[in-house]
Order: sequence, then C-alpha cells, then structure tokens
Amino acid sequence: MSETSGAALEISGLYKNFGALRVTQDINLTLQPGARHALIGPNGAGKTTLVNQITGVLRPDKGSIRLFGTDITGATPERRVALGVVRTFQIISLFLRLTVAENIGLSVAASRSLDAKPWGSLRDDDRVVEGVAELLERLGLTGVAHRKVSELGYGQRRLVEIALALALKPKVLLLDEPAAGVSSRDLGLLLEILNRLPKEIAVLVIEHDMSLVFRFAQRITVLVGGAKLVEGTVDEVRNNQQVRDVYLGRRADV
Amino acid sequence: MGDFLSTWLALTFNGIAFGMILFLISSGLTVTLGVMRLVNLSHCGFAMIGGYIAMAAVDYLGFGLLASIPVAIVGTMLIAAVIERTLFQWTYGITELGQILMTFGLTLVMVAMCNILFGPLLHALPVPHWLTGNFQGGGIVISVYRCFLIVISGLIAIGIWYVVERTDFGARLRASVDNPRMARCAGINVRQIFSLTFTVGCGLAAVGGVLGTQMLPLEPYYALDYLILTLIVVATGGLGSLQGSFYAALLIGVIDTWGRYILPAGGGFVMYAIVLAILLARPQGLFARA
Amino acid sequence: MATASPETRPAIANIRSAFAAHRINLVDVGIWVVAIGAYFVVPTYLSLGTTVLIMILFTLSLDLAVGYGGIDTLGQGAFYGVGGYAAAFWALNVTGEPISGLVVGALVAGLLGLVTGPIILRTRGLTLIMITLAITSMLHEFAVTAKSVTGGDDGLTGYHILPVLGLFHFDIYFRTAYFYCLAVLAVAFVVARIVVNSPFGLTVRGIRENPVRMRLLGVRTRNRLIGLFTLSGAMAGVAGALTAQVTGLIGVDTLTFLVSGNALIGLILGGFGRLYGAFLGAALFYIFSDRAAAINPFHWLLGLGILLILSVRFMPNGLTGLPEQLHLFRGKQGSGLDRSGP
Repeated sequence: MSETSGAALEISGLYKNFGALRVTQDINLTLQPGARHALIGPNGAGKTTLVNQITGVLRPDKGSIRLFGTDITGATPERRVALGVVRTFQIISLFLRLTVAENIGLSVAASRSLDAKPWGSLRDDDRVVEGVAELLERLGLTGVAHRKVSELGYGQRRLVEIALALALKPKVLLLDEPAAGVSSRDLGLLLEILNRLPKEIAVLVIEHDMSLVFRFAQRITVLVGGAKLVEGTVDEVRNNQQVRDVYLGRRADV
Repeated sequence: MGDFLSTWLALTFNGIAFGMILFLISSGLTVTLGVMRLVNLSHCGFAMIGGYIAMAAVDYLGFGLLASIPVAIVGTMLIAAVIERTLFQWTYGITELGQILMTFGLTLVMVAMCNILFGPLLHALPVPHWLTGNFQGGGIVISVYRCFLIVISGLIAIGIWYVVERTDFGARLRASVDNPRMARCAGINVRQIFSLTFTVGCGLAAVGGVLGTQMLPLEPYYALDYLILTLIVVATGGLGSLQGSFYAALLIGVIDTWGRYILPAGGGFVMYAIVLAILLARPQGLFARA
Repeated sequence: MATASPETRPAIANIRSAFAAHRINLVDVGIWVVAIGAYFVVPTYLSLGTTVLIMILFTLSLDLAVGYGGIDTLGQGAFYGVGGYAAAFWALNVTGEPISGLVVGALVAGLLGLVTGPIILRTRGLTLIMITLAITSMLHEFAVTAKSVTGGDDGLTGYHILPVLGLFHFDIYFRTAYFYCLAVLAVAFVVARIVVNSPFGLTVRGIRENPVRMRLLGVRTRNRLIGLFTLSGAMAGVAGALTAQVTGLIGVDTLTFLVSGNALIGLILGGFGRLYGAFLGAALFYIFSDRAAAINPFHWLLGLGILLILSVRFMPNGLTGLPEQLHLFRGKQGSGLDRSGP
C-alpha cells in the first residue's frame, strides 16, 4: 500500500537507459486526484520517454509506477488504458477518414466495451450517442460532428484528440504537447477547454509553450537530462535561478 | 563414393546452380524493395525480356549465347529505364496493394507482348559447343554448363559485393537502403540512385534470364511462373539485403531441388514450409537491413 | 444523464446521422433486380451466370478482409479450395444434401482462418503477403501429392448432389444452380452488411485507419482482425463449396494465388470497402474474362494489364468510387487504395 494516501499516480525511483544513454534518472513524481501538473524541460530531457513509461509503451529498468496504490509497472498498454491512464499525442493520431462523431464514438464504445458486437450499430446505441453528444458539446465540436477528421483544421483536430482521451474516462490524463502546432488564435480556446477538464482527473501536461503552462498548471516539474531539476508551484519555478539559467534564461517574455 | 552420396551431391550442385540464377534475377528486386519500398511484381518480366532479346539475337542475328548476353543486358536496361521514367512514376506514393496491382498489370502486358512477338512455345537458348557435356569423376556427373553458370554468377556476385561494399556509389546505396530520409538529408540523391540501381538490377535479371534457360525455359508465362519464387527469395533473405538474397537464393534453390527429387509431385511443399517457418521466426527476413 | 430538452433531441438525431452506414438504396435494389432478371433475359447463359454469382461471393469475402480489414492477403484461394474440397468430401462420404455441405465448407474454411489468422496477422506488408502465398502453396502441393485423399491433379468428382430442400433438382441448364447460388449470395450479403454496419465493423475500419491509436483505445486489435479474417475465410469457403456442388468437380486449381488475384482485380475495378463494389467488379471481370479469353487469351491479358495500370492510376476507388472521386456528391467513406494514413 502506498504511503502517500490516495495519490492518483505515484512514480518512484524510475530509471531507464538506452544503452549508455541515461534517459530517465531517479524520477519521483506524485499526482493527486485533480492535480494540474506540468512537465517542462529542454528538448531531449526525457519528457516523452517518461510518458511512454507511464503508458506502458516502454518498460523502465528500475522503479515503480502505482495507480491509486496498485502497481502497474508491468501492465500492458491496453490494461493501463482500462485502468484509467490515458494520453494524447504530440503528433495528432486520429482516424482520418472517419467522421468526428465516429472517432469519438469508437472511443466511447471502447471504454464501455460496446465496440465488439458484430451486429446492430453504434448509432442506435443511446449510451454511445449520448456519450458522444456530451463530449462534442464539452469541446465545442458539435458543429463538425459530420465532418471527416481529415477535413478539420489542426486546432480542431487537437480538440478531437482530447475528446478521444476523455471518452476513455481517464483517472490520469497525460497531454503530450497539446499546444504544439496550434495557432495563437486557437490557443485561447484550448486553454479554456483544459481549464474545464473534470475536476477529479489528475492531469499532467508536457509543454514547451510557457504561456499555456503558467496559465494552466498548479505545480511544475522541470526535467533536464532525464533527471528532476526542480519541482514546485508556478511562482517557485518561475523564480528559481537554476531553471532560468538552464531553460527559461533566454526568454524575455517570461 | 556411395551412390546415395553422389546423388545428393549432384542434387546440391544443381540446386546451387539454380540458386545462382535465382540470385541474379532477385538481386535487383531486393534493392528495389529496400531502397524505394516498391513492390515490383514485374521484376521477373525483365528476366524474361532479357532472355527473349538474347533469343532474338541468336535466331535473327546469328549470335552465340555469350555474345547475346551484352545485347540482352543493354536492351533490357533500355526498356527498364524507359519504364522507370514513365510508368513507375505512378507507383510512388500509392499503397502496397496499389503497387502490387499496377506492377502486376505491367507483368500481364509483358506476357502478352512476348506472346505476340515470340509465340507461346517453350524455348531454351542453345548452349555453346564448348560448354556442352558433363564432368565425370568419382561417380559424380555434373553438367559443364552448370559449372560455368556457377562460376559466372559467382563472379558477378563478387562484382556486386565489391561495388556495394567498396565503392562510393555502394556506400550511398547502402545509406539509401538503411534510411532513405536520412540519406536525402545527407545530400544523397536517392531518386537517382534508385533509377540507376533499378536499371542495373533489371540488367542483372536479364543475365539470369539468358543464362538460366536450361532450367527456366523461356515462354510468355515465364514472368508469372517464377514470380513467387523470386518474391520468396527476397522476402526470406530480407528486403534490401543483397547478402540475404544471395544466401536465400542458394538455400531455396537447393531445398527446391532436393524437395522435388524426394517428392516429385508435391516437392514444393517442403520449400514453402521452410519459407513459412523462416518468415514466422524472422518476419523481416534473415538478413534484413531496414 | 437526462437533459433531454427539446433542443438536445434533434441534436442527438444529428449526431446519429454522423455515423456512416450502408443504407438500402437504389443501387442495392437495382443489383438484385438485375440478378433476378438475368435468369429470364439470358437463360442460355446461366452457367456463366452461376459462375459469376459464386465469384461475386468470393470477391465479397475478399473485400471484407482487404477492403475493410486492410489485410492484404493473396491467400483467399486457400479458403476457397479448402471449402470446396470439404463440401466434395461431405457429398462423397456422408450425404449429398447441399445445404449441410455449405455449412461444412464454411466451418472447415473458418477453422483454417481461425488457425492461420493468429500466425498471419502477426505480420504486415510484403511479409504478410508472402506468408499467405506460402500457406496457399503448401495446401496446393499437399492436394497434388495426397492423391488418395484429394484425388491429386484430377481432383474430386463423382458425387451426386441431392435436390435443394428436397424440392429443386440440379439440372444441366443450371436453372436450380443459379437461384441456389443467388439465394446463398443474398444471405451472405445480408450477413456482410450487418457486420460492416456494426460496432465491430466500425472498429475494424478504425484499425485499418490507425491501428496504433486503436490499441491505445484499449482495443485488442489482433483479435478483431482474426475474427474478421475467419468470417472472410468462411465466406470464401462457402463459395468454394458452391463451386464443388454446382459443377460436380473440385480441383487443385482452386488453391492458387491466381484465384485471389482475380478477385483483387475485380475489387480494383469495382471498388474496395464498398460491398457492392464486389458485385460490379466481379461481374465485369468474370464476364469479360469468359468472353475475351475465349477469343484470344493473350490479347485478353494485354487488355487486362493495361486496364489494371490505368485503374490503379486513375480510378483507385473503383467504378463505385468514381462519383466520389469526381466530386459528384459527398461520399461517406473513403477506402481502397488511397490509404493516406497519419
């Protein structure tokens, strides 16, 4: 049983090497339910590698990952999704030639195990359709439900990505660079959506866009060279000299 | 030497000769697949075209077998270059299935054209006088021609090895096979390398087609008959791996020859079973690079 | 969640319609009218017509695997042949009752799919194609060798098929055969439609679009594809069983990649991933190949080769995809060769 009571996600002593390259060095990270946490760091700091270990795509060499006290260090990616660890992708990965409704519908159906029936239709399943309707509304996508994802602009595809993730009823949501490629016009909408995420979900955002990080996160972890440099509240991190030197130093508009 | 042993030795020898021809024909295909990821079902057709050009040279120009080889090579390479510049442009950027269907269509066109030009009968190119007959010794009988085949193919294989491993061009070729994108970034003109390699590969296939008519006789359906065998060699050896093609071709040539001796009717079964096992154990082929 | 206010109700209906589905339309009706009409209009060609119907069924089965599942197999002939041999066996050794023969063909072929599916679906691309070829070739060689069981090169023959449902005798004019095959095709089509419209069907389309994403939705994609593959195989087995029953003969030429190749050509002509693409494409192909090959097989090959090249280049979605390609109206689903994935 974990000492930190009720922690949604608890990463302890995580290590990962790619040959001689140490990509993850002694990472300890705890997310409480409802956390709004950001993971920042220069390119190559090992942020995505860490997320891959959390989702089960990569196996850590040492250390453990616990979800509400349950050890999931050895669980398959599919199992972790079922347990509530969900991620979005930096490079948008959707079902391009299916409609927005179908994309979200697949996710909703998968999360409720309604997707394997070889007869009937999703469109006739009220639970699925209502789930889709709710997500469309939450993300402001109701108007494009009919459109194929391939017809959507980048910002809207981002929102569909997030809808897909939310449909899986995550307990821990990992957003991998949600602002990447999003125009400054759509950024405001994205931030609004992020701030409206369900309160119980623990959210970890990997981001380079500092404006988003500072307006969204409550706590920030700074990763450099695979190891944790600093962790603290937004103000603590902003004012930390080490962080400034390593990462924020050059930016004038911080 | 025991009767049994001499039979097996003769079979192995014939298998190696067969394998060498397979290698010549499939060497071009493995590079095509490796560099451009193009599933080219028409590759065997170029071997066929080479064989027929040689036959035309023999029948209408009175050339001997050996003299017809350069004619076949040049003729096939010209045709290959033209096709590459025109039809193959349509194959880039479409799915594997599309490439398969399109190149299969090309193969059908080749089959039809060869029939129109040369008729449907089987042809084998005449073996030069000084290469007929057999070596006999210690109870083993081996055909002189097949010896010649193995030697020539071996020399060509060494030549290929030298170009690929020791020349500048070869280095660029290997880079293109390993990682086309990186190669482009490094300033290598991958398209040009492909065009060149493809054309040369078809030339090599033509050599295989010309030399191998004793074992693989010429007829319009040649392009289809040996297609599966060629694909199997490439898939088992590993896409893009000339070394893999070489060993796979020899392996398959020998296994197929033994198999057909043991079970004349269903001898292919053994070969397919082994191929299946290899592909299941190592889906990327025995010597895959990319 | 009961916020069913008047505003949300039409919205829900709106969302429902955002899910694509094969709806019965004029084309579906038209096909069956033509099929039934052919019986009366060209009664002397019923033998060809029966072959066409069987091949449509076979092509339909391939469309499930290739067009919907994205499983590029050249081994569909294996199911066809195995189903045919199983039905012939059944007629020779158990009973000539036809419908049970179909069931046997479907079961045996389905079993083959279930057994080979996990093996085949572990791979992709050229390796997958080669493995399906290897398996088909192995079966072919086995059939040729095991003369006592399969009749070798001569195949199995000499069995008598009893009247369908005890009422309709098979005659030399293929009258019963035609309607028998038409009925079976209709049933198969209905099954295919149900599966394609189902949640399972949508999942399979999703797997084809983006298998990685599908896995990260928690779906066990390989199992889905194995299921689809088995269904496709069983359907091809039924086609083989029909051939065995209707022509009274089954031979080793069913276990080749040419059989699959022909069906693929039918699909490129008709269109992948649209159920009636199989109808149009297979009908066109087999009617033409029958007529043209009789005149001059090599000229037929030439024409076919050119047609293939041009089709892939200019009409990758087949004839049924042409309206969409020409932007004549907004089609609901893209498929086939334009796999421009993420």
